Amino acid sequence: MNNQTLLHVSDLTMQFGGLVAVNGVSLKVDEAEIVSIIGPNGAGKTTVFNCLSGFYRPTSGVVEFLGEEVQKLPDFKISLKGMVRTFQHVRLFGDMTVIENLLVAQHRHVNTNLFSGLFNTPAYRKAEEKAMYRAQYWLDKVGLTEFANREAGNLAYGQQRRLEIARCMVTEPKLLLLDEPAAGLNPKETNDLDNLIVSLKEDYHVSVLLIEHDMNLVMGISDNIYVINQGTPLASGKPEQIKGNPEVIKAYLGEV
Amino acid sequence: MKANFNHAIFAAIITFIVSFPLLGLQLVTGGTSMSVEGAEDTTFTYIFAAVAIVFLFQLFRDKITGALSFIPKPSVGHIYSELPRNKKQQLEKWFTVAIVALALLWPFVVSRGSIDLATLVLIYVMLGLGLNIVVGLAGLLDLGYVAFYAVGAYSYALLSQYFGFSFWLALPIAGLMAALFGFLLGFPVLRLRGDYLAIVTLGFGEIIRIFLLNTTSLTGGPNGIGGIDKPTLFGMEFGRRVKEEGNTLFHEVMGIPYDSTYKVIFLYLLALILVVATVFVIRRLVRMPVGRAWEALREDEIACRSLGMNRTIIKLSAFTIGAAFAGFAGCFFAARQGFISPESFTFIESAIILAIVVLGGMGSQIGVILAAIAMTVLPELAREFQEYRMLMFGLMMVLMMIWRPQGLLPSKRPHMELSNE
Repeated sequence: MNNQTLLHVSDLTMQFGGLVAVNGVSLKVDEAEIVSIIGPNGAGKTTVFNCLSGFYRPTSGVVEFLGEEVQKLPDFKISLKGMVRTFQHVRLFGDMTVIENLLVAQHRHVNTNLFSGLFNTPAYRKAEEKAMYRAQYWLDKVGLTEFANREAGNLAYGQQRRLEIARCMVTEPKLLLLDEPAAGLNPKETNDLDNLIVSLKEDYHVSVLLIEHDMNLVMGISDNIYVINQGTPLASGKPEQIKGNPEVIKAYLGEV
Repeated sequence: MKANFNHAIFAAIITFIVSFPLLGLQLVTGGTSMSVEGAEDTTFTYIFAAVAIVFLFQLFRDKITGALSFIPKPSVGHIYSELPRNKKQQLEKWFTVAIVALALLWPFVVSRGSIDLATLVLIYVMLGLGLNIVVGLAGLLDLGYVAFYAVGAYSYALLSQYFGFSFWLALPIAGLMAALFGFLLGFPVLRLRGDYLAIVTLGFGEIIRIFLLNTTSLTGGPNGIGGIDKPTLFGMEFGRRVKEEGNTLFHEVMGIPYDSTYKVIFLYLLALILVVATVFVIRRLVRMPVGRAWEALREDEIACRSLGMNRTIIKLSAFTIGAAFAGFAGCFFAARQGFISPESFTFIESAIILAIVVLGGMGSQIGVILAAIAMTVLPELAREFQEYRMLMFGLMMVLMMIWRPQGLLPSKRPHMELSNE
């Protein structure tokens, strides 16, 4: 178990004026590991995600990704380093087709030189073919091949969720931040998602940092769990430890 | 029914309030004083007829629109969409060839006035296609697009006047200058979207116009710049006499008698080449990564950022490339007119170009071309109704928004073949 550390967050704090949304959160994600963040609504889980992915600039604390401090980088640069996120509400390019969604996500892999595109140079064509191949591969993986030319906004909700994950995967990330991927899914779809996330870890060695309310999913697939309550870290450990932790139960159910 | 009745009364009163002072009252000057008088009786009859029509239409609106919905909407697209895909591509190819052939033959069969009008249409096509990048693809509402048109036109006019640049040399420079201004405008508006962006770009358009108006020593201010050289064809001029030393005359080289129509035809064909080039370049751009990125930015900026796309570069590229096409169009416009002044670059031009994009269907090239034709030719055909031109313009817009809010020919997503491995 001598896996390399991918993400190392220490003492992350985020203040909005007088409101402390995240207070001294620390966490660690290793290579090919699934780590979950849980906590009651409004605990600051998504704020943590926004800080990690560069959408917010944390008030203090250090975010180290691949041994490099990234807390001051703009969002798109963090994503280019291999930490890619999804959103609590699906954010697809709704008017574009499914396959276009996957192609556009590979912006950094393709040849963006204007002139090589205008003159259709061999290098440009090769890059486009590769992008198309990668898009088809992931389309097949998430079972959306038959919808390739359908507009993404017209897909069923569960399919949109899967497409969003595929769109992240075509960027070839090292760490995937999934914000409530099971929200709004039926039990079968949740089960599929469970398998997909485990496969990402086992077949592609991608680490996943997960925010989720579905406890069956979280307890089943997580290697490690962090609990946050009111912006403050409450507990962390293996699923079994968290399940039995009286503090956690209290935070979720209130004073009994 | 009661709600309808109230609504109808209200609409009728509004109609009366709007039309009575405009049509029913007249200012009459008698000597030094001015007095307000009522119009003729027939005008009043018209006003009351209009009020009655509005009242009745609003009262029976549901029934009328219900009856209208039985009229089949023109839907060639219906038959078209049932064709198999390879047939469709073939059809499109032939259609394109036919249109270009028709456009090439056009100046040789119609009158001189029609050629002039067609050239004007082509200029608007170019402008519409350029703005389509910014508004239709990247989703950035730009109300000051005419500024780049002006930059292109003045680039050529000034270069020609002060340094004697020829059209062909000035054309790329005008494009680059407009692109530079597009780039400069892009910076301050990077963080803006929607309404705010519209206001800033509107201001930018006015700044450029007023700047041109006030720098009298350089641009001639409201007097404009005249005597701009016409384009030449391999050093051949189309005038009666050689203007510039070293050039030859078209009719002399060809050994045919002088005819001023040659010049008009040449300008038309030049515009056609520019338009075809524009269409080709933009068609490719849309299918390239940068085009996809523009559309992605329109759809969801936050998702773009999360996928590692630099929105600064994407937005700036849309502004820059869109502006460059306006620059080319402007350069051609200056060469064709031979005279330009800030008068030609007022806000209404921006509005017309934007109307072309919206009317055509955001992001659709064929749609923009059709709309440019409609927006330029219809006002010409309706010359007799000169005074009511803007009224008809408005009416057309309202009708379009009711019946086809998505535009004449909304853009279709490209279909991509998957390889079966």
